[in-house]
Amino acid sequence: MLGSESQPLTEHMETAANTSEIDQGLKSELQKKGIVVTAIQDLYNWGRRSSIWPLQFGLACCAIEMIATACARYDMDRFGAGLFRASPRQADLMIVAGTVTKKMAPQVVRLYNQMPEPKYCITMGACSISGGPFKDGYNVLRGIDRYIPVDVHLPGCPPRPEALLHGLMKLQEKIDSQVIEKTEWYQKGLKREFPVPEFGPNGLNPPYNPEVFTPGQQRPITV
Amino acid sequence: MKSPEDIYHDLEAKFPGAGITREGNAIVVPKEKWAETAVFLKENPEYALDYLSCVTGVDYKEYLECVYHLYSLQKKTGLVTIKVRTDRQKSELPSVTPIWRSAEFQEREAYDLVGIHFQGHPDLRRILMWDGFQHHPLRKDYVQENQDRPPGEF
Repeated sequence: MLGSESQPLTEHMETAANTSEIDQGLKSELQKKGIVVTAIQDLYNWGRRSSIWPLQFGLACCAIEMIATACARYDMDRFGAGLFRASPRQADLMIVAGTVTKKMAPQVVRLYNQMPEPKYCITMGACSISGGPFKDGYNVLRGIDRYIPVDVHLPGCPPRPEALLHGLMKLQEKIDSQVIEKTEWYQKGLKREFPVPEFGPNGLNPPYNPEVFTPGQQRPITV
Repeated sequence: MKSPEDIYHDLEAKFPGAGITREGNAIVVPKEKWAETAVFLKENPEYALDYLSCVTGVDYKEYLECVYHLYSLQKKTGLVTIKVRTDRQKSELPSVTPIWRSAEFQEREAYDLVGIHFQGHPDLRRILMWDGFQHHPLRKDYVQENQDRPPGEF
């Protein structure tokens, strides 16, 4: 389930049902005459969701499934998300594919900070959601949502390519439902920067970002 | 080919009274004699154990142990297993990096995770954890940090 009005997925994104104000009957009547009527918002979101460029990086075995999704058999490019960018400055989507170790976590947060708005994040696989089977290890972060807001949680170990495509479609639904006037990245003076954790004597400091994560709180599973 | 049994008897003849013992197929060498024994095993043309494939640190609670797996590429023989034990508190062992270069990173790993200090290692730093980390996480008495602690606490 995507975050509904009562329980938003993250507080950072304004979501609303994708209801067009144009009368659906009129719309189809005009369409028969070869006239397309749409709202700027629908057109804009259609463009955005049809061209999601993911950041090209992988952390563990989930990355192999991500690569398979991008290749010919599953072809993520059908959804407009096939152009993996090697630079965070050109990427819209961060697919955290694999175990995030404590040593890698600061780099992942920094990469997310470097991405331009609007930006989205999919956690792929059990490890990046919660630490997975390595939850009690001394070296593994218990989920990347401790430091950055996550739009789609995609469980699996690893998730199959179909699951990643499903997660991507869920993200597209979310993009479709965003309202231009309310979205955070068009508001004045937005500075969305998430603090990069530092290496401490016992582990990462701070252990989580209280703005995006509360320990013990149930998080909705998106897919 | 010499069996581990023969090598054990040869070592006992070479270092009488040094306290070299056997444990299964492995030869347990006291740490004071380990540097000498290592050179002997490598240089002696009868064994020519010129390849060190694995260095493992183990925590047995009463003591720490380092396990060395030796092969001879020259004679195509192996495996000879050597175990060297050290004290838990003052965990020091002679480094075999000057003898087998392949020991360098594996000794760093054993130092990082189990906390065995290798005397004579050219560059004994942590290899997996970051430099400021204060524990040896594969020791039995290692206590995990609480990742759900309030931010600001260490």
